[in-house]
Amino acid sequence: MSQITLKNITKRFGVVTALNDVSFEIRDAELFVLLGPTGAGKTTTLRIIAGLTKQDAGSVCFDGQSVDALPPADRDVAFVFQQYSLYPNMTVYENLAFPLRAPLRRMKEEEIKKRVTETAEVLRIGHLLQRKTARLSGGEMQRVAIGRAIVRSPRVYLMDEPLSNLDAKLREALRVELSHLQRTQGSTTLFVTHDQIEALTMADRIAVLNHGRIVQVGTPEDIYDRPATAFVAQLVGSPKINLLPARAEGGALIVANSAIRLPVGETRHAPHHLPPEFILGVRPEDVRLDPTGMFVGEIVLIEPLGVETLLHIKNGEQVIVSTVSGIAPARIGETVRFQVVRERLHFFDRVSGARLM
Amino acid sequence: MATNTIARRSFAETGPRTPVVDSVRVDQVTPGARRGTAVRLILAILIAFLMLIPVIWMAMTAFKSRPDATASPPKVIFTPSLDGFIGLFTNRTQLSAGALAAELKRPDLSFWDRQALARGMRIIGPSKFVQQIQNSLIIALISTLLAVTLGLLSAYAFSRYDIPGKGDWLFFILSTRMLPPVVVTIPIFLMYRAVGLYDTHIGMILLYTVFNLSFSVWLLKGFIDEIPIEYEEAALVDGYSRLQTFRKIVLPQCVTGIAATAVFCLIFAWNEYAFALMLTSERARTAPPAIPANLGVGGIEWHVIAAGSLLFLIPVVIVTFALRRYLLRGVTFGAIRQ
Amino acid sequence: MAEIELRQVAKKFGNLWAVKPMDLTIHDGEFVALLGPSGCGKTTTLRMISGLEAVTAGRVYINGEDVTWLSASQRNIAFVFQFFALYPQMTVRQNIAFPLESQGMKRALINQRVDEVVKILRIEHLLQRKPGALSGGDKQRVALARALVRKPACFLMDEPLGALDAEFREAMRAEIKRLHLAQHATTVYVTHDQVEAMAMGDRIVVMSAAEIQQIGTPAEVYHTPTNLFVANFIGSPGMNLVPGKYADGRVHLPGGSVCTVPPAWQPALAALPSDDVILGFRPEATQVSDTGALRGTVYASDLHGSYTMLHISLERTGRINGNGGDKIVHIRTRRDVAYPLGTEIRFDLDPEMMRFFDPKSEKALSKEARG
Repeated sequence: MSQITLKNITKRFGVVTALNDVSFEIRDAELFVLLGPTGAGKTTTLRIIAGLTKQDAGSVCFDGQSVDALPPADRDVAFVFQQYSLYPNMTVYENLAFPLRAPLRRMKEEEIKKRVTETAEVLRIGHLLQRKTARLSGGEMQRVAIGRAIVRSPRVYLMDEPLSNLDAKLREALRVELSHLQRTQGSTTLFVTHDQIEALTMADRIAVLNHGRIVQVGTPEDIYDRPATAFVAQLVGSPKINLLPARAEGGALIVANSAIRLPVGETRHAPHHLPPEFILGVRPEDVRLDPTGMFVGEIVLIEPLGVETLLHIKNGEQVIVSTVSGIAPARIGETVRFQVVRERLHFFDRVSGARLM
Repeated sequence: MATNTIARRSFAETGPRTPVVDSVRVDQVTPGARRGTAVRLILAILIAFLMLIPVIWMAMTAFKSRPDATASPPKVIFTPSLDGFIGLFTNRTQLSAGALAAELKRPDLSFWDRQALARGMRIIGPSKFVQQIQNSLIIALISTLLAVTLGLLSAYAFSRYDIPGKGDWLFFILSTRMLPPVVVTIPIFLMYRAVGLYDTHIGMILLYTVFNLSFSVWLLKGFIDEIPIEYEEAALVDGYSRLQTFRKIVLPQCVTGIAATAVFCLIFAWNEYAFALMLTSERARTAPPAIPANLGVGGIEWHVIAAGSLLFLIPVVIVTFALRRYLLRGVTFGAIRQ
Repeated sequence: MAEIELRQVAKKFGNLWAVKPMDLTIHDGEFVALLGPSGCGKTTTLRMISGLEAVTAGRVYINGEDVTWLSASQRNIAFVFQFFALYPQMTVRQNIAFPLESQGMKRALINQRVDEVVKILRIEHLLQRKPGALSGGDKQRVALARALVRKPACFLMDEPLGALDAEFREAMRAEIKRLHLAQHATTVYVTHDQVEAMAMGDRIVVMSAAEIQQIGTPAEVYHTPTNLFVANFIGSPGMNLVPGKYADGRVHLPGGSVCTVPPAWQPALAALPSDDVILGFRPEATQVSDTGALRGTVYASDLHGSYTMLHISLERTGRINGNGGDKIVHIRTRRDVAYPLGTEIRFDLDPEMMRFFDPKSEKALSKEARG
């Protein structure tokens, strides 16, 4: 296993800059997630590391050695694609054996057989080995695809949204299995996804990418609790964070178009130098129904999700989402009192979206 | 019977637990649908028959004797004869009554000799037809092989690499096919004579390869475009070179496309008439211009032409029938996609 | 306004049942979610209500009137498709006005109606644009406006959020629900996403394998699923379903854990033909504690933002390589305590929230044997 460093990678496609001066480091045995919306440049980054795409500037190093001049075959990486990566004209066994049979490895058939059987065991696909890949279910296919990556212990695993084509139940199950597998095998893995749940649940560290730039690198806790920008704050967490335009006035924080006022004295966690106008972020779980709460609102929408219920509470023109546990016995039109957890407020610049310290 | 049982059983297993009330259509549809199928079938047979009349007529003529073939009104019922085939494969001389009697007494007469003598003729040697069919085969097969191989490689390049001016190149390739053969035969004839390719196998193979290449590039590119590039990238990352990837991943997946393209190229080269007529005379003459040349000595020998046409048709029918699945896919997938 | 009733409606494609005979009544003004995995027959059901698909058997009633053999256009329903189905050559205004023009309505009246609906959906500023220039969310708003403008008796929606990016989906979900609350038009909403169905539906019809599995409110399908399918399908992750053996008021689970069965459930369990039973519990109905009755080792643990989900292997085989298909259960814990992989852990179940299923019939047991 290896440690991977990207130094100032830039890639343009025609006039579009897909990646702009991207640098980060994946530590040995780490599960590193690249998170970002569609078109952020995640897949391009992955392909540059694999050598399938050439960067315009910058350099990729494995264990401190530049691999820029090496073709994909010589970089010894394993790639798990979103789809289409199993060869349809081969059986599962042949698919798993395929990377081992590459001429540059010159592996004996017995050794190949042993490795394939072991891998199939780990992924519980032993019974499928003689099947043609076209006859597999979606989950089985993706297991085989993962199997084809782990069968040859490469320097790094590159996974390009491997779960996004599966249905929800399967995705959950495979997510847990993948993260278990990665942790027990201690493999260096770069996992690309647009799904914040996948990122939060699986990652050791996350890099958030937007418009070809790294916005934030940190542990899942960092990203969730201390998002560097309003964009990151909105990207992680479901339901989404409430972002409310606000201003500081006469020693209080005032949320625009509403009756919500927070005396500054009580919000010790507010930045020292708040600009006159800014964006206030409150996670839905930090908006709590409380009969003695300072704020009053009317419930305009109830979304019972089972484990929790989302209440949309209207105050003035603002609608704030609050999560309460279980299936809440609330009614639409009901007036409720609520409170926000002061220690967990987020402040962002109104223009740049940057976190205000 | 077997399918019926299965159908009934699965109905019993998965059918409604309570009886279906207000059942509107279930039982009424089936007899009507069955009748509809029968009507459609009969209609299809009728249409097929109508379409095939010329072919059937040709097959009949091939087995007629010369007088029957030219009889007016045409004979639908006739005594079958192998005259046409004898005429096709042999050269003969007309015998006088005396010579005929002498010939008939010879002990070493074959079945074919007897057939010819019955018409007052003696077989003096084989005709050139066998050689012409051979020429057709050699030229069609080799040119097809070349067109498909070269086409596959360039189609792969066009599909996978970022070639500057790709669209213009592709159009240029296609444009080579836009001039009708009639327009270019004369210049090609002059050029071929100048460089010594006139009436050679190589000349014809080259010509057909070039002519088929544009078609083969376009068709195969469509097929290769359909193969997700992820397969190849996976193999590249797995440690294979471009060429190995091409052989192990791309080739097996475009067998269909290759088969379809090959059939189209083969049929074209096999059937081609205009160039063959102009650019060959003796050595490299193919069957299409040779068959209608059997006009005979005393008038048009329709039964011979029909016999030649029939023999010529058979390989095409067999190939087309055997590969009809690919042909259909070739037309609907590769070509239209572009 | 409309009440929709399906009586023994069924659809067969060749020899295959797409929808087995089903009864379903959707009340006036109700929002019903048809939920199920792909291929379960939910879309076919919706299409049969709309008239886009002919029924094989049964009858469809709208407001008591038999519409089984009326065409889609005669049923006064509006259909919202997953892929918007906007006419690309027309502007947004023309798109929305299109259904009214086909009815030969006066221009002034059409304009008035269009202006009304664009105000409701807040898309006034888009009227002169072409659909190609709109974002996914806006396209679906226009599609909704086009459905709304006819004032149909009911809305039929086929995964209207399926083609949207995740970032729009949550907001659009709330918007459609608010629209429903304002208009109270009968709505049938097809989705494969249980979160959508739970959040939006007054009632949820859970379908699988061409059959209705359960009809109920979100609380009912979540807390009292009628069978294993519903228990697993609803929730993320679904209900933990652990096979065990029942004896003397206790269920013996894999890995040696023993779970005490609340007295109210005991008669039902005792009445089972064999001692095999499946215990069901939701991830949040658990409590990690040193004295917990259930034991296992941490197989994986992950942060979900405001909480942590622990995945626990009940078979404490000592090796946790994932071999052999150990039974994994999921429990929801506070995020401020970390549990490394392989840690032994004990936890209790909330007795109120335990559910039991018959492994043979896959049906849920009910508490007091009510006969």
